[in-house]
Amino acid sequence: MVTAMDTRSAPTSETAPATPSFAIAIDATPRSPVPDTPAVVRARDVSIFYGSFCAVRNVSLDMGANRVTAIIGPSGCGKSTLLRSINRMNDFIPSMTVTGLLTYNDRDIYGSDSDPVALRRHIGMVFQKPNPFPKSIYKNVAWGPKINGYRGDLDELVEQSLRHAALWDEVKDKIHQSAYALSGGQQQRLCIARAIALQPDVLLMDEPCSALDPIATARIEDLIDKLKSAYTVILVTHNMQQAARVSDRTAFMYMGELIEVDDTTTMFTTPKEQRTQDYITGRFG
Amino acid sequence: MTAESAFEPRLAQRRRWGKVFAVACAVLSLFGIAVLTVLLVRIVSEGWPWLTTKFLTNFPSVLFPENAGMKSAIYGTLWLIGLTAITSLPVGVGAAVYLEEYAPNNRLTGFIHLNIANLAGVPSVVYGILGLAVFVRLLNLGRSVLAGAFILSLLVIPVIIMATREALIAVPQTIRQAAFALGATRWQVVRAHVLPSALPGIATGAILALSRAIGEAAPLLVIGALTYVAFVPEGPLDAFAAMPLQIYDWCDRPQPEFHHLAAAGIMVLLGILLPMNAVAIGIRAWHQRRKVW
Amino acid sequence: MSTAIVTVKEKLIHFLLFTCALISIATTTGIIWVLASESFFFFKEVSPFAFFFGTRWSPILVPTSFGVLPLICGTFIVAVGALVVAVPVGLASATFLSEYAPMTVRSILKPTLEILAGVPTVVYGYFALTFVTPYVLQPLIPNAEVFNAASAALVVGVMIIPTISSLCDDAFRAVPRSLREAAYAVSATKLEVSTRVVLPAAMSGVVAAVLLGLARAIGETMAVSLAAGMTPKMTLNPFESVQTMTGYIVQVSLGDTPAGTIEYQTIFAVGMTLFMITMTVNVVSHRVMRRFREVYE
Repeated sequence: MVTAMDTRSAPTSETAPATPSFAIAIDATPRSPVPDTPAVVRARDVSIFYGSFCAVRNVSLDMGANRVTAIIGPSGCGKSTLLRSINRMNDFIPSMTVTGLLTYNDRDIYGSDSDPVALRRHIGMVFQKPNPFPKSIYKNVAWGPKINGYRGDLDELVEQSLRHAALWDEVKDKIHQSAYALSGGQQQRLCIARAIALQPDVLLMDEPCSALDPIATARIEDLIDKLKSAYTVILVTHNMQQAARVSDRTAFMYMGELIEVDDTTTMFTTPKEQRTQDYITGRFG
Repeated sequence: MTAESAFEPRLAQRRRWGKVFAVACAVLSLFGIAVLTVLLVRIVSEGWPWLTTKFLTNFPSVLFPENAGMKSAIYGTLWLIGLTAITSLPVGVGAAVYLEEYAPNNRLTGFIHLNIANLAGVPSVVYGILGLAVFVRLLNLGRSVLAGAFILSLLVIPVIIMATREALIAVPQTIRQAAFALGATRWQVVRAHVLPSALPGIATGAILALSRAIGEAAPLLVIGALTYVAFVPEGPLDAFAAMPLQIYDWCDRPQPEFHHLAAAGIMVLLGILLPMNAVAIGIRAWHQRRKVW
Repeated sequence: MSTAIVTVKEKLIHFLLFTCALISIATTTGIIWVLASESFFFFKEVSPFAFFFGTRWSPILVPTSFGVLPLICGTFIVAVGALVVAVPVGLASATFLSEYAPMTVRSILKPTLEILAGVPTVVYGYFALTFVTPYVLQPLIPNAEVFNAASAALVVGVMIIPTISSLCDDAFRAVPRSLREAAYAVSATKLEVSTRVVLPAAMSGVVAAVLLGLARAIGETMAVSLAAGMTPKMTLNPFESVQTMTGYIVQVSLGDTPAGTIEYQTIFAVGMTLFMITMTVNVVSHRVMRRFREVYE
């Protein structure tokens, strides 16, 4: 079992994965490779259970501010489960329990004084399949800020959000038309605009391009690269090449465990773990 | 404007409204149950003292409500339901089997579907009017049990068709395909594989449809079924009484004794209907639990 | 069994089943034919204009008048009154069942509502007459008559609660989870998700449910004929005695009406009006429901 702070000192892959000593205290001095910017979201020994089934096992991971952290792994490895725990979308599954410590800005996400609704204003989410509301483009972007009592000019906020999502030029003349008239790629960018309209700190993206064609995918990958200047992006993807293209750090999960996490270039050129190597070279998954 | 000061989320207030809304929904949901409870309590309290064996075995009487009974109505209802079941079940199930298993997907089939959905929404009095013209007058059946049964059959056949169709649709196509692949004819597939699998759903639908027929009085009133019948039907062409009709007649009278009789009659009627409904719902629940696929 | 006999048997069964299916068409044709042909004779005596636009209904008592509007008015008050009861309760139950209730509560509440649907209409008529009017309405509204539309509307409303509730529940459940998730992800509370995302998305399903409930309330006979009264009049006061179309048909049928008289023919004319109204409402409801299903399936 490997943690984020200890990959350098892990034994080589000839022996079985060892359990090196590691520091789990949240204020321990981090050792590289760790995010080069302060960690906004931290996981320490997080395990997530569906009833008695363990979907995520003892994961410890830091996500740095204004960076794109990608989580990759084969289907069923627990990456989406982990992601959805960060903004407590898993609360809607009654049998789900989370143990360990998951923090946002050093505040416990699952603490007794933590309010999921308030949390979701700071941690936004873009889903696998675009899911705009059956309303106009304008209302899709404006609804979240409106119910959260946005004090400024809504029209301006909508325009800014659509610009930052690289959608404004395509929709500025039909902003009051139904969102369902847009193409798949446009709808997903609309969902991104909707998420950033709330001015969150963190943007969770759960396989945002898996339902899109290659051209739309390329546009959104470009967008992700620009978004990190304003937000912390955590991206789950089953597409390794995508992770290699857009992310700064990549974490590899397998069967619920975090196998390796590193700077993306290092991870894809010289991975430390045999399993990472096998996955990247397409041996399985 | 920083992200923090840009918004005024007023979470506490929104949460409070949420609680108010949840409580309001729960309270309104219980309204129906509350009315049902009051209804049942009322009926039992009014009717219990009048529910004697005499009540079940006597014929109704206008002059002596203390001696009145429901015998003719009970027998009449039993006759009606028996005949209705015999005529409506084969036709209803057969029509649904045709529409689901045999019919091509063309406009005629679509039109029949639409037709059945419309028939299910036609008021029961209109079926009574139809029966009056066709069964009572045209076919000269008079005010007989058979005429009543035919009318009630027409009334419940659309319901049976719709329930049977749903049960048939729920049987997976793979079962049919496996049977066909073994060289079975269509009827063999239906009889040996599809119908047995769909049987619980069909049974639920049939029981619920028949229990609806038992409670119907309006079409029988239109054909002029009598309410003071001092005999039990002996053949399908005899005149008859029925429980809901008898109850209606007693309710319609101003003297309070008759209202007590009505309450007692309702207890007998519900005593048959509620267990029937419970059995139907039970079959459905049991079937859903043990579904293998 | 030789293949020839098997084929004959198969064809025979196919034919028999086809005949069963045709019975539904035969029924509709029968209804339309019967209503239209007798009404034809009726409209030879009474002008359609006087029938459909007349405001006095007095088919027997002299001076006779055959304006059907009072009956339609009575039906209207009872049906709309029933919706006033059933729609809020039905919507609230559906919202509660689909968004709030835990599985245990749902598994008790849903069957209970089905029991409500299984109670015959005469029982509701009895309830209206012997309980609702004397113990609920008359204490609250001293001028209420013994027979009044409100009493009938209340019980018919309770009767159609299960219809509206279960159809609305189906409509809410048809709204995909992804839409709810999208709303929660932009920091919405459960109330906001239920009322401002799910309900608008399910709206055409809700409308179809309400229309279906309306059609049932219009066609309801026993409870209204026991509780609402037998005085056809044009009024919007629900605490007076009125008469509905269905109530009138029952009233005439209970009396001795020889075939061929104008009174006998009124059964068919009023029946035809009733049929046309419920058929229209049902057809609109099914159209709306089909459009709703197309969006979500």
